[in-house]
Formats: sequence, structure tokens, C-alpha cells
Amino acid sequence: MNKSVLLGALAATVGTAGIAYAQGSTTLAAVQERGSLNCGVTTGVPGFAEPDGDGVWQGFDVAVCRAVAAAVLGDPTAVTFVPTTGKTRFTALASGEIDMLARNTTWTFSRDTDLKFDFVGVNYYDGQGFMVPADLGVSSATELDGATVCIQTGTTTELNLADYFRVNGMSYEPVPIETGAEAVQQYLAGACDVYTTDRSALAAQRAGFETPGDHVILPEVVSKEPLGPLVRHGDSEWGDIVRWTLNALISAEELGVTQSNVEEMAAAPGDNPEINRMLGTEGELGAMVGLSADAFKNAIAAVGNYGEVFDQNIGESTAIGLARGLNAQYYDGGLIYSPPFR
Amino acid sequence: MTTAADPPSAEGFRLGQLINDTRYRSYTFQAIALLALIFGFSWLAYNASQNEQLQANGFSYDFLFAPAGYDINQQPIPYTSQDTHLRATVIGAINTIIVAFLACVTATIFGVIAGVLRLSNNWIISKLMAIYVEMFRNIPVLIWIIIIFTVAANTFPPISEFRIPRDGSDPERTLLFGMFAATNQGVFVPRLVFEGLGWLVAVTFLASIAGVFGWRAHARNKLYSEGTVVPVLWPSLAILFVPTIVVYFVLGMPVSLESPEMGRFRFEGGFLLRPSLIALWFALSIYTGAFIAENVRAGILAISKGQTEAAAALGLRPGRIMSLVVLPQALRVIIPPLISQYLNITKNTSLAIAVGYMDLTGTLGGITLNQTGRALECILLLMLFYLTFSLAISAIMNVYNNSVKLKER
Repeated sequence: MNKSVLLGALAATVGTAGIAYAQGSTTLAAVQERGSLNCGVTTGVPGFAEPDGDGVWQGFDVAVCRAVAAAVLGDPTAVTFVPTTGKTRFTALASGEIDMLARNTTWTFSRDTDLKFDFVGVNYYDGQGFMVPADLGVSSATELDGATVCIQTGTTTELNLADYFRVNGMSYEPVPIETGAEAVQQYLAGACDVYTTDRSALAAQRAGFETPGDHVILPEVVSKEPLGPLVRHGDSEWGDIVRWTLNALISAEELGVTQSNVEEMAAAPGDNPEINRMLGTEGELGAMVGLSADAFKNAIAAVGNYGEVFDQNIGESTAIGLARGLNAQYYDGGLIYSPPFR
Repeated sequence: MTTAADPPSAEGFRLGQLINDTRYRSYTFQAIALLALIFGFSWLAYNASQNEQLQANGFSYDFLFAPAGYDINQQPIPYTSQDTHLRATVIGAINTIIVAFLACVTATIFGVIAGVLRLSNNWIISKLMAIYVEMFRNIPVLIWIIIIFTVAANTFPPISEFRIPRDGSDPERTLLFGMFAATNQGVFVPRLVFEGLGWLVAVTFLASIAGVFGWRAHARNKLYSEGTVVPVLWPSLAILFVPTIVVYFVLGMPVSLESPEMGRFRFEGGFLLRPSLIALWFALSIYTGAFIAENVRAGILAISKGQTEAAAALGLRPGRIMSLVVLPQALRVIIPPLISQYLNITKNTSLAIAVGYMDLTGTLGGITLNQTGRALECILLLMLFYLTFSLAISAIMNVYNNSVKLKER
């Protein structure tokens, strides 16, 4: 009898484990049941993801998380932000600790295929650059032979840096650092001559310096760094939701839908069918991805369109002061382009 | 035993006996424990086999032979970013061993000094040592590593002061003795360069060191067996230096000292002690030294006071009492806990990533893992290395322990 009880317990445990596993396999159901979105962000890059004075996360990447939460749960505040480092981010996503990652992550072949993730789009076209103190007297990255370089470990910058110096026949002393904030600290202390990372992050970090004018960002862009949100491979429905939420923000800018007029446009449908479909007043686009009809309207109402998100967090009017450049809409000569809502 | 009074039941075996009968109870519990263990491990294995990532990627160590693509600053053996992940792993392992070895040596020195001084009759010295021990062992070692690293980066003079200004004037600071420079990018020291048969000089020097020990043993034998005093100091010095110098000149001065020289950004040539190594080495030594000090103090206190008093009655000075009478006996108590302190140092070296020291956790468990995404494979390999290395230290120290422990005949 004892034996059968034991076997029963065994079977029950295996059974529950199996059920728990099955539930975890659709991310949308898990997020809805939990009532909040677990979103992986950086440990703090000004303008991209950083808690403000009240401890509320703000930033360009944070806006993507909030838009997805607004689309899925109808509440942009229903997000649990999980700070991740360059090293921990992929493990956090692969293990299911986070539902999506919006963390200045470069879309590369091996991450998309070998690491088994799906990049859903690009929200910032970036490239790797170098920052040096102005008094070093360096005006080009080709003059950096023999320099000491601070790098954030576990990122593509590490590999690009090795390639760039090798191809140009230069040597350097790498100083690997775990987080961007520590790297900046070491750079300012003079423990390294050069700090290298994506140029957007360089601009963001420099904006936080006491005397930003004492540091120059060298003109060389040594890599393509398309940054975008990503999800686990194998759950295409969830990937579609994140992808089309991002596309909704981009399309909204193109179609002139803003945070302030989106409610009005949804209440009184105009004669532009694409806007109507996107805002859920025409057709059933929301239902096609398993969400409510007003999902994308909620996303836009929560954070504004792509242009607004850009301007509020990292645009030229902010301390970070990034120009739109490659990140302008395609009709302004940039690369930002959303497929149609149809 | 009450069961002895009960005659064995004629009905044969009942299930209840598994719990109630002392003859079977222990077997029951052992069987349950075994089942739980088997179940636990099979659940882990099942869980791993169901892992989506693992199913998709398979389990393979092929990535070790692909080019690593990243650079490593401290290279005990030559390495470029085009070498394999395996070579990067080996470099990480060597770096782990380097810092673990250095820290074990200095931690022992710190620990023995602090432990002995803590028992000093001088109130100030003993209290200072008590403060050292309590302060360092009660603050996590990671915090010490970061404190020392930050302090070093901010207190050493910036390397820019050593650079030759662009207008060609003299730099603010120059090398100490033309050889040494402590900067916030590390401590630059000269390096020995061996050319041609230069290695013969090094071999001669090592042989001379062995010779000195031989001479001292010879002198002691003479003293104990014949009672004659053989001079030790001058012959030792002669044995140490004369053959090396002779070989050096006979071979035509094949060994030279390479001093660091200022390049465009930093010193070229010479040898660089990186701030990460210094911070890690010093923090581990001083932290573990505090624990070793307590082991040493416990060992000394374990020696009965009669030993000290007897030695004093023979007219030995306090220093001699410690080194000739107390410490040799105390070693028997000190060595076993010392082994675990060495193991702690070895394992704590894995905190190296906090300051960017490229140890095994930084290369294999850090960048390689991150770039290849082979988490399970990397972590298993990492565990295997630390296990092997720790068991090896343990084995070596146990051999030493057997040689000093009380011989029972």
C-alpha cells in the first residue's frame, strides 16, 4: 500500500510538472494570467531605460515594453521591469524569466538563429563608435594603436572591437567591464583611454558627464547595430503581438496619429481606412493576434507614436540630443518603415 | 531493547513492520532516501531534456573549436582573437591558477603574521590585529575587491601624467629608477628577457637555491653529529650568486632587463601588473588572511602553556619559542582548516569578473557562454574545472598534512 501511495505521489508530481510546462509555452496566456508583462531592460542607460526620481522606469526601450503591456493588458503600468546586463539578458529571456527583451540589443544572425530568439523589428538603427577625452588629441579611431579600451563584456561591441583593431593592424588593451555604468566610471577615472559602445549610448552617457564638452565621439562607425526588441523563438503568436505593437507606433507617426489625438480619432472614425483598421474601428486586426480590437489604440495612447517616443526620450530637445538621422521615417530619408495595417 | 522481549510474530511479515520494527526501519528510510535521490536526478535530467533550447541546439562541445573572436588582456600564453574558444578557456584557467596561487601565498603570510601578533602581549598590537581580523572577515570579499579596485583607479597617478606632452616638453612624472611606474592603468615593471642560452642562467640560479638548502642541511648535520659549527651565511651567499654570475658572463650576458618605455598611450615593453589582478590578488589575500589568522591563533592556543614555559625555562627567546617549539606543533592544528581556506580562495577567484580580470569564469563562463549561448555545456565544463582544481589542492595539502602530523608508531 505504501508503495502505491509513493507511486501515486510520483505520478502526481510528474503530472503537475508537465502541466506547468504546457502552460508556460504560450506566452500570451501566461502574461494575461499573470496580469503583468515581464520586460527585460538595461540596468540603466539614460534615455533608453532608467528609473526616474520616483523610481518609475522611463526611456525609449521602456516605451516599447509599456506599449506592449497596454496592447495586451490595456494597462501601460502593468509591467515588471527586469534589469539585465549584457551577459544575463539572453539567459533571462531563454529561461522564461522575461517575456520580451527591449534592451539596446543588436539583431545578429547568430542571435536570431543559433541562440533561438526572434527579433521582431528595429526600433533604433545604431553603430558602434569610440569616445575619448578631448585632451588626448585623437581625431580618428585609426590613431588608437596601443590604447586602453573599456568595453562592456558580453556584447557585440567586444567582437567588433577585436575585428576592427585586427583588420587595421593595431593593438589595444581591452578592459572588460560588466555594466555600462561601471565602464563609464572607469573611463572617467582614466583607467582606460577609450570607451566604446553603440554611438547612441555614448551620446546618452556623455550627456550625464559633468563636462560633456571635454569628451569627443570619434567619427568612425565601425559596425551596423540595428537594435530592437526580441522574444523567444517558437512562439510566433507572441512575436506577432510585439512586432505589430512596434509597427503600430511607427505607422502612427506616418499616419499622423499622436498620443493627444488618438482617442478622438478612435471615437470618431475618419475616412482613412488604415487608421481605422489600426485603431480597431474597422476590421478585426486585434482579434487576429488574439487581442481586443482597441489593442493598438491603447498602445499609442499609452506612449505616443514612434516620433513622440523618440523626441521625449532621446531626441534633440533632451539632454541626450540624438538627431533622427537613420531613424527618421522613410519619407524623410530614414530607415524607419512599417508594413501596412491591412 | 524492548523488541527482544517480543517473540517473533508467527504471522510472518506485515507492512507495518517497515516503520515499527527496528530491524527494518533503517532499511525503509534508506530506500526512501534512495528513491527520492533517483527521482530528484531523473527530474533534473527530464527537465533538461524537455528544455526547448537544448532540444533545438543539441548538446555539443563543437563550439570550443570555433574562433573565439574576442581579445583577452592578460595572456600567459600567446593568443589572438582568431584562436579557438578552447584556447581562450585555457588562458582563463591559467589566469585563475595564477591569481589563486599568488593569493594563497600572500594570504598565508598575512594570516600567520596577524595570527601570531594577535596573541602578542603588546596591547596595541593585539588590538590592531583583532580589528584587522574582524573588519576584513565580516565584510564580503566582493566588496573588498571593488573597494580596492576603485581606490587603485582613483589614487594611483593617471597615466596621462607620464605621457610625453604633444609640445615635446618633459612629462609631469617619470619612471621610478627608470624602471617602475604605478599608474591607474596598472603597475609597469621591468621584465627579464632571455636570449639564446639565457635559460641556462635561470636553471643555474634554481640549482643554486637547491644548493643553499643542501649546505644548510650539511651544516646542521655537522652540528648535531660532530658538534662542529660550520659557517652558514657567507657560503650560502656564495653558492647563491657566484655560479649564476659566472654562467651569465661565460655565456655572454644572454639575459637582459627590459624596462617599460612610454609609447603613444601607455608604456610598451616591460611587464604590466593590471589593476584587476592587483585588486583581486590583494583583496583575496587580505580577506582570507583574516580567516587564516584565526586558524593560526587557534592552533597556537591549542599548544599547552607548559610547552612555552618549559622552552622559556631553557632560556629560549620569545621569537625562538614561537618558531622552534610552538609553531611546529601548532601546524598540526592549523593545516586542516588552512586547506579549506585555500579552497575558498580558489573558488572566490571566480568573482574576478567584477573587476574585469579574465579568469575562467570570465572567458568560458562569461564571454564564450554569452557569444555561443551554450550555457549548459559551459557551466558543466566550468564546474568540472573548479572541482578538479580544488580536489588537486586538497590532495597536495593532505600530503603535506600527513608529513607534519603526529606520527603514531
